[in-house]
Amino acid sequence: MKVAIINYGMGNLSSVRRAFDDMGAETIIANHPSSLYEVNRVVLPGVGAFAEGMMHLSQGGWIPALHDVVTVQHKPLLGICLGMQMLASKGHEGGVSEGLDLISGQVQKLDTLGCKLRIPHVGWNEVNYKTEDALFVGIPNLSDFYFVHSYAFTPAEEGNLIATVSYGLDVAAVIRKGHVFGCQFHPEKSSKAGRQLLKNFMDYSPC
Amino acid sequence: MLKVRIIPTLLWKDFGLVKGVGFDSWRRVGPVLPAVKVYNSRDVDELILVDITASTEATVPDHDSVSDFSEECAVPLTVGGGVTSLEQMVSLLHSGADKIAINTIAYSKPALIDAAASRFGAQCVVASIDVRQIESGRYACFSYSATVDTGKEVVSWAKELADRGAGEILLTSIDRDGTMQGYDLALIQQVTQAVDIPVIASGGAGNYIHMIEAVQQAGASAVAAASIFHFTEQTPAGAKVAMQAAGIPVRRNFVASL
Repeated sequence: MKVAIINYGMGNLSSVRRAFDDMGAETIIANHPSSLYEVNRVVLPGVGAFAEGMMHLSQGGWIPALHDVVTVQHKPLLGICLGMQMLASKGHEGGVSEGLDLISGQVQKLDTLGCKLRIPHVGWNEVNYKTEDALFVGIPNLSDFYFVHSYAFTPAEEGNLIATVSYGLDVAAVIRKGHVFGCQFHPEKSSKAGRQLLKNFMDYSPC
Repeated sequence: MLKVRIIPTLLWKDFGLVKGVGFDSWRRVGPVLPAVKVYNSRDVDELILVDITASTEATVPDHDSVSDFSEECAVPLTVGGGVTSLEQMVSLLHSGADKIAINTIAYSKPALIDAAASRFGAQCVVASIDVRQIESGRYACFSYSATVDTGKEVVSWAKELADRGAGEILLTSIDRDGTMQGYDLALIQQVTQAVDIPVIASGGAGNYIHMIEAVQQAGASAVAAASIFHFTEQTPAGAKVAMQAAGIPVRRNFVASL
């Protein structure tokens, strides 16, 4: 199983890589879109602000490459944290900017959505499944995952929301549209539960 | 429900871990890497690693070492010590740090907090404040590992750091550091009431009751501790049991069939 982790200049790739390696993947750090042809799974990680992330993706030529991965190559894609948020149609961090639009929805700050708790939402919190999913195999509902974010993804279609986390309101924790997955938490920093989720992403095969 | 985190603090000096009292009288407590491995295998919530000589010696934590430590760490790792620029933060993040603690430089170059938050996101920026009580109820912030009085008062400084985009505050009482006499609850409460971002209580934990007090009485979102884990039989797992019994939400460890 060959997994590409996209290096677009933002975020901590080494911990994502380490987590996939631990789960038996052959992991490559993809520095150029052409390397996505060689792999079975693509991971879009990320830490940082939406607008800057999209700018980096655009500069690296990743935007058409990611659409190709999803719609032409039909490879499973997993966005993590900012990588998950950038799957959206639009983001409101650092000005309004277009997202990848792979899963329709908006990314807005938690307080504008009505959250009155301390922001950012930092720490371990329970993930509440809305449905059974291939990503959740072997992980009990309400397991703790590590979150650290100030913005949240609101999918346009309820059906794309497959797990939530409660933080002043129900926030999207995991989203999915076909073989495009996104998780707001950091599986690579969520110890054993996170590693199991990454393994499930590798084990998942699109029909 | 969001869980209260219990965070072992690893103070790194030269080639090993140390722990002092009042930011002084450092005792060696062993090498870094095995400690990271042990905490990771015990599935702690998070780790904070600070190079305590970096700011006074005008260096930053060694990237290769940070990279080795992060390789062994399946939970979030905050790294601090001597960071003065965005470029250094980029390198530390690439070496595997998840968050960067910023302390001394913030007093002379507070705009670095704004710049770091906009570049890496607020969640990446841990503003570390070392505080000494000057007189009853009045607290001053110190830089360069508690050696320089900055003239800043803690509440206004904490507010400024939060306004500039810090994602968390790591609040350490210099007076309580290493004493195991309990956190400075009045200090923690002043800050948790003043800012909306999470505050990590640090300095003084000697038993589980101290941790419970920091959360229930002073409003801390997380408790950091070092001496209690280095020098007593108490453990992060034991702290969770005690905190849970006191009604504080803590993370349950997930046992996977891996």
